[in-house]
Amino acid sequence: MKKTRWMFGVVLTVLAAFATLAVTQPRVAKAGDQPASAEVKIDNFSFGPQTLTVAAGTTVTWKNNDDVPHTVVSDDKVFKSKALDTDDKYSYTFTKPGTYNYFCSVHPKMIAKIVVQ
Amino acid sequence: MSQFIKDNLEKDGIDRRGFLKCMAWAGTGALCVMKGGVLKSFALSDVMQHNVGDFKGDLSFVQISDSHIGFNKAANPDVTATLREAIAKVNALPTPPSFVLHTGDLTHLSKPSEFDTLAESLKSLKTERIFYVPGEHDVLDDNGAMFRERFGKGAMGDGWHSFDRNGIHFVGLVNVMNLKAGGLGSLGNDQLAWLQKDVSALKSSTPIVLFAHIPLWAVYPQWGWGTDDSEQALSYLKRFGSVTVLNGHIHQTMQKVEGNVTFHTACSTAFPQPQPGQADSPGPMKVPDDKLRGVLGITDVNFVRGTHSLGIVDSTLA
Repeated sequence: MKKTRWMFGVVLTVLAAFATLAVTQPRVAKAGDQPASAEVKIDNFSFGPQTLTVAAGTTVTWKNNDDVPHTVVSDDKVFKSKALDTDDKYSYTFTKPGTYNYFCSVHPKMIAKIVVQ
Repeated sequence: MSQFIKDNLEKDGIDRRGFLKCMAWAGTGALCVMKGGVLKSFALSDVMQHNVGDFKGDLSFVQISDSHIGFNKAANPDVTATLREAIAKVNALPTPPSFVLHTGDLTHLSKPSEFDTLAESLKSLKTERIFYVPGEHDVLDDNGAMFRERFGKGAMGDGWHSFDRNGIHFVGLVNVMNLKAGGLGSLGNDQLAWLQKDVSALKSSTPIVLFAHIPLWAVYPQWGWGTDDSEQALSYLKRFGSVTVLNGHIHQTMQKVEGNVTFHTACSTAFPQPQPGQADSPGPMKVPDDKLRGVLGITDVNFVRGTHSLGIVDSTLA
């Protein structure tokens, strides 16, 4: 009887240990597990960074820090923001790989691109 | 700042010696007058010492520009107030203007409330008629539909139009629509075709005044200060003896003479912008509060029949 109870105790301990391990072991993160995000700052009539490389599935958020409104307009009509006043933001999620050239339709000398891999 | 052109390089019979390159935006107005083929220029303060009536003629009108109603940042927290001061200045002119041209950026964000405030403010401007062309700030999000409905009655296409006064032909052009990535202002083929037709029947002695928001010459392409297809537009006007181009957009006064064309840009009534290349970008420029009104202003234009060109006087709010 004593032996059985001792064995039972060992099994319980081992099970508990495994349970603890299972809970505390960090889960290996896989690509696409959590949505990735990236930022483009609009400052001094320019997009920064001018070329931003992101993974497919990333949501890019533009924020206007200038005292004048700007827009974010894709050359190929893939995305288009409304006019962004100071501190306004615009987000777009890029699902397909490719190079997306865009510009500000109010100040068309402002050009930039998002490279999606 | 003033510079005089010492040598007359253009062999077209027009003597440009003494022409004042009006790049000043701080504190001074400028009068540039052509008489008998000779261009003379005076700082506004000097003009006031002369008999101002000497420069008046058959027609006078005023250009205001870039009121940016809705803007409220550091460069000018109250653009409506400075617009009203500009209006008061117009109302105080010795000769009331026959009409007023607004060369665009009426509003800052194309909002209905901003157009409302502008319209309300301009009610106190003592003149028969105000003609408008849009700036890029007036056509955000709706391709200019609201601008045209409220300020472009009778205009064609994106808002272009022409009219005649005292034998002078005025043409309002729109160069802020359908802008292409990496490009400058743009008139577009439809408007160019209309312009060519519009001036085709006029006698070459008819003085022409074009007004548009973005400059029709390459002031500073790096900052978008120019129009991609303006040369084509000006080619239709080569045969005319006197062509004056009035623009806004750059929020400072600048003049240039090229052949038969005098280009002139106006101050903003809202806020100044830096001179080309003098800052990182062409955004609103903060100046000391007591200097602000010295860099905002209106343009008073006079036509004297028989002279080659128009006399243009810029005056600041302070």
